[in-house]
Amino acid sequence: MVTGKGGTGKTTVAGALALSLAADGRRVLLVEVEGRQGIAQLFDVPPLPYEERQVAVARDGGAVYALAVDPEAALLDYLETFYRLGRAGRSLERIGLVDFVTTVAPGLRDVLLTGKFAESVRRRRGNGYAYDAVVVDAPPTGRIARFLNVTSEVAGIARVGPVRTHADMVLGVIRSPQTAVHFVSLLEEMPVQETADGIAELEQTGIPVGAVLVNMVRERMLPTDQLRAAAAGQVDTDALADGLAKAGVDASDRTVEALAAELVDHAQRVGAEDEARKTIEALDNRVLELPFLPDGVDIGALHQLAARIEEQVNP
Amino acid sequence: MTERQRRSPRPTTLDVDALLTDRATRIVVCCGSGGVGKTTTAAALGLRAAELGRSTVVLTIDPARRLAQSMGLAELDNIPRRVPGVDTSNGGDLEAMMLDMKRTFDEIVEAHTDPRRAGQILANPFYQSLSAGFAGTQEYMAMEKLGQLRAADEWDLIVVDTPPSRSALDFLDAPERLGRFLDGRFIRLLVGPARSGGRAYVRMLTAGFGLVTGALTKVLGTQLLKDAQTFVTALDTMFGGFRERADATYQLLQASGTAFLVVAAPEPDALREASYFVERLARDRMPLAGLVLNRVHRAAAATVSGSRARLGAERSIAAAETLEELGSGPLAAAVLRLHADRVVLETRERRLRDGFTAAHPRVPIVEVPAMPNDVHDLVGLRSVGTALTP
Repeated sequence: MVTGKGGTGKTTVAGALALSLAADGRRVLLVEVEGRQGIAQLFDVPPLPYEERQVAVARDGGAVYALAVDPEAALLDYLETFYRLGRAGRSLERIGLVDFVTTVAPGLRDVLLTGKFAESVRRRRGNGYAYDAVVVDAPPTGRIARFLNVTSEVAGIARVGPVRTHADMVLGVIRSPQTAVHFVSLLEEMPVQETADGIAELEQTGIPVGAVLVNMVRERMLPTDQLRAAAAGQVDTDALADGLAKAGVDASDRTVEALAAELVDHAQRVGAEDEARKTIEALDNRVLELPFLPDGVDIGALHQLAARIEEQVNP
Repeated sequence: MTERQRRSPRPTTLDVDALLTDRATRIVVCCGSGGVGKTTTAAALGLRAAELGRSTVVLTIDPARRLAQSMGLAELDNIPRRVPGVDTSNGGDLEAMMLDMKRTFDEIVEAHTDPRRAGQILANPFYQSLSAGFAGTQEYMAMEKLGQLRAADEWDLIVVDTPPSRSALDFLDAPERLGRFLDGRFIRLLVGPARSGGRAYVRMLTAGFGLVTGALTKVLGTQLLKDAQTFVTALDTMFGGFRERADATYQLLQASGTAFLVVAAPEPDALREASYFVERLARDRMPLAGLVLNRVHRAAAATVSGSRARLGAERSIAAAETLEELGSGPLAAAVLRLHADRVVLETRERRLRDGFTAAHPRVPIVEVPAMPNDVHDLVGLRSVGTALTP
């Protein structure tokens, strides 16, 4: 499971994680549950139907499949799978049961969404599992504990009965050691705070917490002491002008001043990142870092990010 | 490339001060996808409006703890409180509040039914689930609270933040979705054919009434079905009130005193959501004031006149490589590489912005530079306010 505050690049990280897990000929399913078609955008493929489709290849015959789970389709799927309600299922849709379940009863909706990927985790293919790994681009940090802790969400509504039984099966998968919930964060105060809160909340539910994936980390261009000085506004402009002249570029005062201002800004950001990193390191979770890519994320960049994950997981 | 840039349409600049000081502006709604700085923008707009002389209230949804504290908001209590430290010398002032979604919902229930029935509804497990987490309840309640604040008419200006939805459009749809559900046939089936009258009953029969109720019991279980029945029966009594309020709020949003600001960051996802939002507002005839583009990076050196051509990304990298080969000028080499990254980032952000403008040429934009640190005090909010009005 990959969660994170809005704007942290949760979908990108989920995609990179799926690619890294698919390396060496493995099959990975990447699931999206929020109806945003973020995976299709990320892998630059047409919008995904409610159907597993290959979206990328990985090293040595590995493959990433993707599925966009839609609550309405998941409900009809559920009715068909568990009750064989062909005609009656469609009647239920016509009378607005689908609206009811997917809109007004949030606990029920989440059971359907989580139920779909719980099923794909357990699905068999030949002698093994259909997928070596299932990666879920899960709802954001603020909602993740509620989303995954389905039994308690439906407990008030369904104390007994078929919905409860299904919810218990789903939670069994989610709570098992096969599952890990990874948090995507930036080295900024608010996302870090939300990550800490989200981890604390999830730990109370007994759902296994995985790593913190710190995204968009700036490359350090200078040694720490020079960055500290620059953050305080101290830049050796003479040395800078000298270097620029040696490199044969414009070394006028205006250019030197403007470049020095960029360095000060960079150094201040790096300083703020270091503060945020202290909080993340105090969390006691494994931390992985992914670089900031100024030119955005395309398929090539996604493979680069996947490689960075692999390097850190299997050094 | 330069030629192409020159030909692509340039956005007009959004004049935020003119919007805030216009006495006709009574409501500013900040909307956009999650993580783009909506709450900070709303707070900064409120502060600026107050210091420009308007009596302002800011309705925030889920502010970061330190930002909330800086505005004197210790808890979620639905009561607007005066923000300390605001410059009131121009005759304005600032109050702020955090939305308590559940309490707002409870109040609606209490306002629309008798105490006995209200008690039944509030205790129903379906209501509790709905009021705490309905994908849309927060949006709906934010709009409800906005309607209440406007009706109270104690402020010249209401600035409202919208919830961090999956989709920025949710808050426009939420009241309608709830209305559609309450109007739907599933409700009629649960409440019983008596309410819906003969025709629906006949339709239901043709759909296979027995088959459907049988299936429902099988899927949902008897107890769940019974709770749902009790809940919707109770809700049904308030339905007229719900619909009326949702309609009133919707009209309020269309009124000329309302201004929508779409907030985004120069990222593909955020701008895509912003685009959808602009289109949706136009379709619903909601008054759009413009786009606030937060976290924009500008390479300072590129703004030095004439230096852009000489110090682009490739030129900078080549110069850095020269120095690295020479083994001298490490500071200049690092600064050049840094600058190259900034130029690449700036170019990408500009391309994304121009893509938006090409699709929506008449939407004015104001760009707010990325700040090196998070904003969590009035000084920070004031500087965001200044950045919003270049």
